[in-house]
Amino acid sequence: MIEASGLTKRYGATLAVDGLSFGLRPGVVTGFLGPNGSGKSTTMRLIMGLDYPDAGTVTVGGQAYRRLRWPLSEVGALLEARAFHPGRSARSHLHALAAAGGIAPSRVGDVLGMVGLEAVAGKRAGTFSLGMAQRLGIAAALLGDPAVLLFDEPVNGLDPEGVRWARNLMRSLAAEGRTVFVSSHLISEMAVTADRLIVIGRGQLLADTSVTELAARAGGSLEDAFFSLAGESVEFRAGDLPQFQAGAPPGPGAGTSGQRSGRGRS
Amino acid sequence: MSARPAAGHAPAGHYGFRHAARMEWIKLRTLRSTLWTLAITVAGAVAIGVTVGVNTRNAAGDLTNNALAGVVPGLLLAGVLGVLTMTGEYTSGMIRATLAAVPRRPRLLAAKTAVFAVVMLATGEIATFVSFLAGGMALRHGITAPTLGQPGVLRAVILSGTSFCLVGLLGLGLGAIIRNTAVAVTVLVGGVYVAAQFTGLIARATFGYMPILIVANSLSTTKPETCGSRAALCPHFLSPWAGLAMLCLYAAVALAAGGWVFARRDA
Repeated sequence: MIEASGLTKRYGATLAVDGLSFGLRPGVVTGFLGPNGSGKSTTMRLIMGLDYPDAGTVTVGGQAYRRLRWPLSEVGALLEARAFHPGRSARSHLHALAAAGGIAPSRVGDVLGMVGLEAVAGKRAGTFSLGMAQRLGIAAALLGDPAVLLFDEPVNGLDPEGVRWARNLMRSLAAEGRTVFVSSHLISEMAVTADRLIVIGRGQLLADTSVTELAARAGGSLEDAFFSLAGESVEFRAGDLPQFQAGAPPGPGAGTSGQRSGRGRS
Repeated sequence: MSARPAAGHAPAGHYGFRHAARMEWIKLRTLRSTLWTLAITVAGAVAIGVTVGVNTRNAAGDLTNNALAGVVPGLLLAGVLGVLTMTGEYTSGMIRATLAAVPRRPRLLAAKTAVFAVVMLATGEIATFVSFLAGGMALRHGITAPTLGQPGVLRAVILSGTSFCLVGLLGLGLGAIIRNTAVAVTVLVGGVYVAAQFTGLIARATFGYMPILIVANSLSTTKPETCGSRAALCPHFLSPWAGLAMLCLYAAVALAAGGWVFARRDA
């Protein structure tokens, strides 16, 4: 459904994405794993046509995002949190998007219910916590009932219950036959959410494989496998070392996960 | 390959200008700050017109121009609103949702411009017509209020109303080019209000082409401005229609430049 080929993006002196090629299949959750700054968010922005690649192409169902006929009904995306105006209510925000997508206004209430925001739908979205903002972003992604869903760091700011809810949502969306692409720097979260993994470091593809196959490479520990991959291309600074994060459930063979405070464009 | 979901409900055809415009209309009317700014723009222009009317003692002056005295200050709000219509997308992050829904950027900017233009035109005309009527009613000292049927009056009221739309669009274009609210507002105020005065002083021939002076001396007057007793020093001012064309040109240049960079730059 999504095909990236030789995708390259440079911001000034920084090579954010470097010749990245991969393909995404429907019916499974594909995890997009890499440390902060490895090019995950940039790749997501390139898929959505928000940024233009310096080289290479990326298509959704064979077409550049810009050329889609009904974008919201073909791709749903949660990019960075807070892709909404703080002065507008959640309901009005979704109504505006629905109008652009030719989506029935009644669908707004449906998605607000799905993400559990009905009670606050009339409040200014600027008052939302990070977790509520993420839920509004997920509601916007689901609005057009699309066959392809992109989630960039969706569990950021969600409480443990929310993390579990998001994971189940992604798995059920994939089970319905949709293409689900989830980026994260949380290895343990990926271990329990994703079926397949695309691992990147410094903008380059490090692995494109199944979760089980990757973990098997390091005797069953996905985290060990990740670090042996990442170690080849990524230098972790002290602040990047994995720390225990409350809320993230322990993955198989790995009880810890990394959560660095402060997000840049990664 | 697994089957695609049973979703497949997307309507036939594809989204167009109409859908983008509906989105922009909902976005505009669901921001309370925008509605307040529009209300204050009208109220401020009317209040100034009334104040000038109450204090008018010279029946021989251009009473229509007096009643429209609130237009020039009101344009500041119109211009800032235009800037915010673009820069607000970036400061809030809304631009990501907007471009996800309408990824064809020229179509998006056309819809945004059209919706904003219609709203500002309506706001501007309301502001000038109400200013004219209220300013006339506020006249004392036995001065008779002008009527819309008198020569040049209806033209002055209508053209002054369009200036809100045109300065607003100038702001929108600047916002698309600059993206940073503070910088864009500074350029707008500097270019429209401040630099205009200096440029006019340095090169007197350009005086009549400055946006604010076009509004004050070409659009909102019922007869050509002759500067009263200082007629010999009076700069050349454009005719009302030439002034309108000049303001349209300023807005068009800003929008064209804004559209060009908007379509090519990373969002």
